[in-house]
Amino acid sequence: MFKGDMTVHDISLMKGNEALAEAAIRAGLDAYFGYPITPQSEILEYLSSEFVPKGGIVLQAESELAAINMIYGASGAGARVMTSSSSPGISLMQEGLSYSACAELPFLIVNVNRGGPGLGTIQPSQGDYFQAVKGGGHGDYHLIVLAPATVQEMADFVYDGFDLADKWRIPVMILTDGALGQMMEKVEFRPYDKSQRIPKPWATTGKTKGRERNIITSIHLEPEQMEDFNIHLQKKYKKICEEEVRFELINAEDADLILVAFGLSARIAHKAIDLAKDQGINAGLMRPITLYPFPTTIMNLLAKKTKAILVVEMNSGQMVEDVRLAVDGQVPVYFHGRMGGMIPSPEEVLDEMLTLSQKHEFRVIVQE
Amino acid sequence: MIRGTVIINKENCKGCSLCIPACKQNSLALSNEINSQGYHYVELVLDNCTGCINCALVCPDAVFAVYRAKKKEKSAQTDTIVTP
Amino acid sequence: MEPIIDLENLECVYLKPGTLVDTQTRYCPGCGHGVAHRVVMEVIDELGIQENVIGIAPVGCAVFAYFYLDIDMQEAAHGRACAVATGIKRVLPDKYVFTYQGDGDLAAIGTAETIHTANRGENILVVFINNAIYGMTGGQMAPTTILGMKTSTSPFGRDIKLQGFPLKIADLIAMLPGSAYVTRQAVFTPNHVRQLKKSLIRAFGYQKEKRGTCLIEIVSNCPSGWKMTPLEANDWLEKNMLPIYPLGDLKVPEGEVKHA
Repeated sequence: MFKGDMTVHDISLMKGNEALAEAAIRAGLDAYFGYPITPQSEILEYLSSEFVPKGGIVLQAESELAAINMIYGASGAGARVMTSSSSPGISLMQEGLSYSACAELPFLIVNVNRGGPGLGTIQPSQGDYFQAVKGGGHGDYHLIVLAPATVQEMADFVYDGFDLADKWRIPVMILTDGALGQMMEKVEFRPYDKSQRIPKPWATTGKTKGRERNIITSIHLEPEQMEDFNIHLQKKYKKICEEEVRFELINAEDADLILVAFGLSARIAHKAIDLAKDQGINAGLMRPITLYPFPTTIMNLLAKKTKAILVVEMNSGQMVEDVRLAVDGQVPVYFHGRMGGMIPSPEEVLDEMLTLSQKHEFRVIVQE
Repeated sequence: MIRGTVIINKENCKGCSLCIPACKQNSLALSNEINSQGYHYVELVLDNCTGCINCALVCPDAVFAVYRAKKKEKSAQTDTIVTP
Repeated sequence: MEPIIDLENLECVYLKPGTLVDTQTRYCPGCGHGVAHRVVMEVIDELGIQENVIGIAPVGCAVFAYFYLDIDMQEAAHGRACAVATGIKRVLPDKYVFTYQGDGDLAAIGTAETIHTANRGENILVVFINNAIYGMTGGQMAPTTILGMKTSTSPFGRDIKLQGFPLKIADLIAMLPGSAYVTRQAVFTPNHVRQLKKSLIRAFGYQKEKRGTCLIEIVSNCPSGWKMTPLEANDWLEKNMLPIYPLGDLKVPEGEVKHA
């Protein structure tokens, strides 16, 4: 239990959910509104006991519906705010996310993905990729989606996420899972400079004499007006796609087989690649860090230099569709996935890689 | 000398008629003319307005500006107050 | 709005408040929304709080309230205005925050948010326009539609067996310890308008003193939805709505309130 007096050093050993919450405090969080749901209630609990004594605003709302709307209000009033939930709760928040994206409100939302669909399981999953990246809520909009793979990234992406949200006036989602939320790893918290924050003259803080009234809204009834607004949003998303793509490459430049995986699956894929190397297979990893914007360009480039691509996910095959789009038919794209909260093992990924090595005549690495 | 009057924003009036019974002087009625929206706007038809602002209070479209006669100047001699 | 004629021995005793945007509203002729908007803005004007107030518009006929009220405003999703207000008030505790909601917004889809906001005693004002019908979407039944009342989704009149009872949400809110000032007002006569204005001034005063949630229910008409003229609608309101939703204070905090 948190007691309100945790001493968290700049370098600590922490659980993913706690590291994320601590990072939010250090990155200048003003307010958190959320609702309990496994496996992410620690975020609300940690902030309730560790942030409130520091003067922070934390409120357990009556539902996820209420929480996302409190976020809308507080963000519209210019505050740096965050919420978190897990799959079914994120479904409840979709209306609020669509409204927020249209009203161009900046904030951080964390989805600690659990197995679904439905009430599902509390075990980790990546089944919310479509929901996160393709919209989830109604209408033509996007969130920036960041996928951490380590506890360090659970912390780092909070700082980055807040800044990206403010820079682009867009909600930013951290898409993680219960395993990352619960595992303990070393994390280093970087310093935060409040003076670098982007001002928000558009916020509803009370209409002073010097300006027109500020209105936060997402309704534009005239179709011409709504289309113009959508064009404005699409231009913004295009710029985001040009400027904010992030990914990690491991041995991918000269590999016969490239694995593509995000989050926890990427760690498993990385282990599988090491195992495969012992078996003489030269494989690499492309790990998307931004799921939106998807690293389309690098994926397309890598496809030119490899023989096959294997996508590993904890779902029925979601990111694999974006990989296939990016690869554009240049090489075969295979998929290995587990569903319902099951985590693939490095060994089963290796088995898949061995099958492919026979099918596609990979070069054999000679071990020294 | 008139005790009061109203100036009516005819263009914003929707002819809802709520002001008509609110006026105790029966000074208001819908005009035969219409504004650019097609509504018969309300107008002052008598000159016995007291500036009571009842019309302005019930008007959903804030079309009334109400004027009332200024209070007369006090006489030079002040009244003495006799304490019982 | 400046007077056009120079009237020497007359002084201006009423002008449209400067806090109302100088435009015609899209509300139907005779609609209570117009009066409610005007009175709220008169109060904001007289209290001098235009620079320190944030309003939240509902989904309903008043969805475009921000076209008419010259203050910072946020548009909330349907029913969520109280949650949006909570978010704003928590991060801007020294500003005045009020929601402006209809009967569907506040007492159907927004019931949980309304009750929990009052249960937490959020220091906001909720202005609740109760006209017992869904105006914007074409005249469907509302939680507050009275028994026997015909609407497009209760075409034979509201029936207890099919549709249950009219919901007296203000009474529920008054039961919660977090609610401070709960009152029911109207705008269909000059005296009622004067009473409403006093209630609003009190409510903003209570907000400044952080006494808890204030709810002002305004029993109002919907001439279009009720299919009556404005005068007929106000008459019908007096005869049929007021017995179910009686006017007056349901809950008042102890002690005097200083003006905001």
